[in-house]
Amino acid sequence: MIRLEKRPQPSGIWNAAAPVLAVLLTMVFGGLLFAALGNDPVEAIRTIFWDPLFGQFASFSRPQLLVKGGPLILIAVGLALGFRAGIWNIGAEGQYILGAICGAAVGLAFYPSEAWWLIYPLMIVAGALGGFLWAMIPGLLKVRFGTNEILVSLMLVYVAEQLLASMALGALRNPEGMGFPGSRNLAQHAGTANPEVIAGTGMHLGVATAFIVVILGYILLSRHLLGFHIRLTGESPRAAAFAGVNPGRLILICLGVSGALAGMAGLFEVTGPAAQISIDFNVGYGFTAIIVAFLGRLNPIGILLAGLLMALTYVGGEVASLMLGLPAAAIQLFQGMLLFFLLAVDVLTNYRIRIGRREVV
Amino acid sequence: MDLSAINPVVLVASLMVAATPILLAAVGELVVERAGVLNLGVEGMMITGAVCGFIVAVTTGSPLLGFVGAALGGALLSVLFGVLTQFLLSNQVATGLALTLFGLGLSALLGQGYVGVKSPTLSPVDLGPLSDLPVVGPILFAQDIIVYASLLLVAGVWAFLKFSRFGLILRAVGENHDAAHALGYHVIRVRMLAIMFGGACAGLGGGYLSLVRVPQWTEGMTAGAGWIALAIVVFASWRPWRLVLGAYLFGGVAVLQLNLQAAGIKVPVEILSMSPYLATILVLVIISVGRAPGSLGKPFHASG
Repeated sequence: MIRLEKRPQPSGIWNAAAPVLAVLLTMVFGGLLFAALGNDPVEAIRTIFWDPLFGQFASFSRPQLLVKGGPLILIAVGLALGFRAGIWNIGAEGQYILGAICGAAVGLAFYPSEAWWLIYPLMIVAGALGGFLWAMIPGLLKVRFGTNEILVSLMLVYVAEQLLASMALGALRNPEGMGFPGSRNLAQHAGTANPEVIAGTGMHLGVATAFIVVILGYILLSRHLLGFHIRLTGESPRAAAFAGVNPGRLILICLGVSGALAGMAGLFEVTGPAAQISIDFNVGYGFTAIIVAFLGRLNPIGILLAGLLMALTYVGGEVASLMLGLPAAAIQLFQGMLLFFLLAVDVLTNYRIRIGRREVV
Repeated sequence: MDLSAINPVVLVASLMVAATPILLAAVGELVVERAGVLNLGVEGMMITGAVCGFIVAVTTGSPLLGFVGAALGGALLSVLFGVLTQFLLSNQVATGLALTLFGLGLSALLGQGYVGVKSPTLSPVDLGPLSDLPVVGPILFAQDIIVYASLLLVAGVWAFLKFSRFGLILRAVGENHDAAHALGYHVIRVRMLAIMFGGACAGLGGGYLSLVRVPQWTEGMTAGAGWIALAIVVFASWRPWRLVLGAYLFGGVAVLQLNLQAAGIKVPVEILSMSPYLATILVLVIISVGRAPGSLGKPFHASG
């Protein structure tokens, strides 16, 4: 008989090994999935995981890794703070949209000024503020009325999507765009562009910010009192109350920080890779970031690696859909599978598997 | 704008159709939560049900078989959630989210060849003279059978939880799983059954969307309906009859805003499209007083 026995302490080894095992399992089962779709599994896995890094067109796809990974990491670090404390902000997609809208609105208000040094910092602040305020809605409602932040933050994603459509068709539409929906191109205008820090690497300001946030997040969680309060609240809310943690304040801080980071990610995206406010501006980074946060063990350094891996599946998925005709949805499924395997393997972190009958004392 | 174009009888009749998918998903989730499990994957199970139901209905030509397929699809996906949370003791919130992400991807993949295909759909029942009655006829006696089935299901769940012995066990497991375990009840078995029932109901709700309400398959067509169902369970304070009120209230907002759009009211379309989601938030704010089942969301591990 197989049974589980709770470990006195979570296993450090399994904590680190679980994501690796989950990735391997996902590759195996993903391969089976691709085989079922009529592709050569080995070739499909190689196209997704190897070719973007070392293949024929790697010089094009490598920068994309940072471009896609940047927003994922930026959002996921913020989410991880809340997840650690048991505060579930799953509306990062909405905060990401609001950040893009607010930031773009500020940038467009200054059009056609090219004073980059003045406008762009203002846009970053506006983007962060937009995401922050959008996240404050579930935060304040939870603190004041005890509403469920999961549901409210998620509902606000759909509201934000409608708001985005209204902005792309109305207030922020390009007046010289011949009536087509979508704002002016922000990336090609000197005052509002998000340039690459190092040319040709894909490392734009947002990616640089993401790296800085990883370091700050790591210091916060491991060295700062606030980080201790966050971890304590997650592991034992009762102990946290005795330690003098104000739960309402913690909820607002966690939601606020994650909202602001998601908003900044939106701003960097709209001024860089996406280039304009359009109806289909958001592509699900806010949701994929949830997978990234868990895959990175809710630890900023882990999130950095997980974000790059997830970016690899995005880039590889695009290559695979071009070269092999693999449907885009298969990649989405693949990413969901990864989270499932991680959650399944995670049992080994907290429990031991014992085989044999339980002794009766 | 011409508000007189909106016929209140048609409005009420169609709000019942709009509310049915959410009511079905919500009644399933209510049972799951009364058993002490929080499954946030309703959206994923719904959309999987929607695509499975659609595929079965198109292949067999029978919408009723489609509904069977939808329920099976939802239940199968929920087994995945059950195994992870009940046997491998994973975090229920995270697993539910994973289920939603997985379901959205799975459904998009399965439904690839079915975009734009027309499916057979259910016709309303014909009760002869009853259906021809003014006002009450179209509202009460000319719906399709799933609308009636959903109300029967609510009644059944209510009676099951209130009067049956197994319902009592299920509630005991949800209120305090350690006590229920000590009494010799199989906590995990009860929860697995509840989770599968919830999955089947969510699948049915999704099937109703793709087979009757829309009736077509498009990617991501549930558009948050599963999440709204979760919100309605909270709104109903875990009591079956109040689900009906919540779902019909939501259906009313959804249908009214569509009618207002069609009538050309001077409010931007986007604001109207937001209204069901805003209404859900509002409802959550007003009613967050109900007491959740005692063991809701907590993992159970018999460590004795």
